[in-house]
Order: sequence, then C-alpha cells, then structure tokens
Amino acid sequence: MVTFQFVPYADIEDMGSAMRVNKLLNIVKNNKIVLLEGRLKRQEEADLIEITMEQIDRRFKGIELSVVNPDKDKYEGIKKMKAGFVNMLLGDRQGMTIIGPANVVKKIEQNPNKIELFTKETRKRKA
Amino acid sequence: MVGFWQKFMNRFFKNFFKKKSHVKLGLYGPPNGGKSTLANKICLDWLGEEMSSTSHIAHETREINIKEEVNIKNKKGKELTFSLVDTPGIATKIDYEEFLKKGIKSGKAKKRAKEATKGVIDAIKWLDNMDSVVIVLDSTKDPYSQVNITIIGNLQARDIPVLLVANKVDLKRSNMDRIKSAFPQYEVVGISAKYGKNIKNFYENLFKLVK
Repeated sequence: MVTFQFVPYADIEDMGSAMRVNKLLNIVKNNKIVLLEGRLKRQEEADLIEITMEQIDRRFKGIELSVVNPDKDKYEGIKKMKAGFVNMLLGDRQGMTIIGPANVVKKIEQNPNKIELFTKETRKRKA
Repeated sequence: MVGFWQKFMNRFFKNFFKKKSHVKLGLYGPPNGGKSTLANKICLDWLGEEMSSTSHIAHETREINIKEEVNIKNKKGKELTFSLVDTPGIATKIDYEEFLKKGIKSGKAKKRAKEATKGVIDAIKWLDNMDSVVIVLDSTKDPYSQVNITIIGNLQARDIPVLLVANKVDLKRSNMDRIKSAFPQYEVVGISAKYGKNIKNFYENLFKLVK
C-alpha cells in the first residue's frame, strides 16, 4: 500500500527554509509520499537534496522528487504580471511538488504533459 | 590619507586581476553523464594529461577535482584561461545495494555510497563559487528530471552563465532535440566527449560562455 499525504501551502508558509525542508523530509522518512501544494524556492529545492544526502543511512535511501509547474515562461503581458503578483502576495502556490521515499517510489517520469509515478514492488512474506 | 588611497587602489587592482585570471568553470550534471570524460578530454587536448578517473558505474567522481590554469585557444587565436572544476554527479538518492549489483563488494559499496552522499553535498555547496557552468547531460536519457531542473534553476537564480552539453551523441539512442525542447532558453551543444565528436564547436561555445 502506498500512502500519500497532502501538505497545503498554508502549513509551510510561515516556516523558515530549514523547517520547511525538515517537515517534508520527516513525512517522507515515514514512508509517505508528499503532495505539496505549490513549490519550494529554488534554493530550498537544493537544500532538500543536500539535507537528504546528510540523512541517508541503511534504512533511508533518499528521495524521488518532481515539481509539476505551469510554465510561467509561456505567460505574456498581463497574465505574466498577474502570476508574478499572486506569487509575491501569496507565495509560490502554483503547481504541485511530489516527494517520495526512494525505497517506495522507483521513479517519477515527467514531461510537459504528464507525470507517471512508478512504485517499487513489495515482497510478500510467506505465511 | 595618501597611504590609505594607495592601499585601497592596490587592493582593488589586485582583486580585479585576481578575479579575471581565476575564472572557475564548473562541470555539473547527474551521475554518469560524462562530466569526468569531458574534463579528461579538455585536459588532454590543452594540457596533455588526464584529470579524473572514469567508470561505467555511477558516482565514480566523489570529490571535487580542480585543474588550475587551463588555457585554450579558438580559431581566431583568442585565448581563454580558467580553472576547470569537475564535480560529483548530483542525485536525490544513493543506495549501496545498486553498487553491489555492479559487482562491488559490500564494504566497498557502503564506503562508495557514503562518499557519494558527501560528494553531492560538496557539489551543491560549490555552486556559489562558480563563474560559469557547463551542464553535462546524457543525451540518451530523459532530460526532464527534477535534478536537472533544480541545478539549472539554482544557477539561473545566481545569475551564473550556463551552457548545456548533450553528451554521448555517438550512441544510437541519443536524442538532442529532447534536451533542446526541455530547456529552450539555453544553448545546447551535442558532443561525444569519449570520441571527441564536435568538440571544436564545444570549445567555441566556451568562449561565448566565459566572457
């Protein structure tokens, strides 16, 4: 069984970068797949990789990460200004970030039109 | 007062020239993209010696390697000097069991995994030290990985000039167009670092990158 945990952006909005990253990583380390509303800042994404590496051990092998983001570069004129203003005011709530533990999620394939999440097969114990 | 200004001017000019002659060119990318093979090709072409060891097993480069004073020339005779920084591949997961599958013994696999995690941390920390970056991608693989997007996004946020290299174009499965459409805002140069294919074009692009 695979468990997803939705994290609304409001839950991490007032946190500092380190707290955000640790909150998300703690959920992942409990073998749950995080569905975060919006996305982390670019530096925070790099921090997430860095902190993941620091915490890798025999049980925790790392993460699979994917950000589904509307292509803001394609916005023009007023639409672009609007998106920028909303971001400034409310944070980067557009799109969604998926973070899964590497021992559960085999890979997340991403292309502009779809996202595919492949899980690892779990071995059933003999009775 | 005159002494103060003299010291200030000396320091200013010293730092100015120090900065100019110490351009750091970083090779970044996911593991097994061919960063060290490209580093070796550059060093072999311009210094006559190789720089790093390479392997088909991921995470062969687990620490930052630097080659100082690499001097290259273009067709017009213009020269460019930089320090070449070969970095460990950036990944979001490292499992020592993957190394076991490649025939590495348990103890060595665990050690390799531990060193690899440290290598990733170092590579990310070194982003701030770079003046220009070449991202080396395996053109036979899907470029839409979050690691690639995160590295490029972080370089963009730091205003560091980026050149994308689509490596392994000698292989049948190579698809450079996929990289071009994934990152349309960047110049993409297709090369085979192993066989030196299109390497002259790569060097010409280095001149545009490091201004």
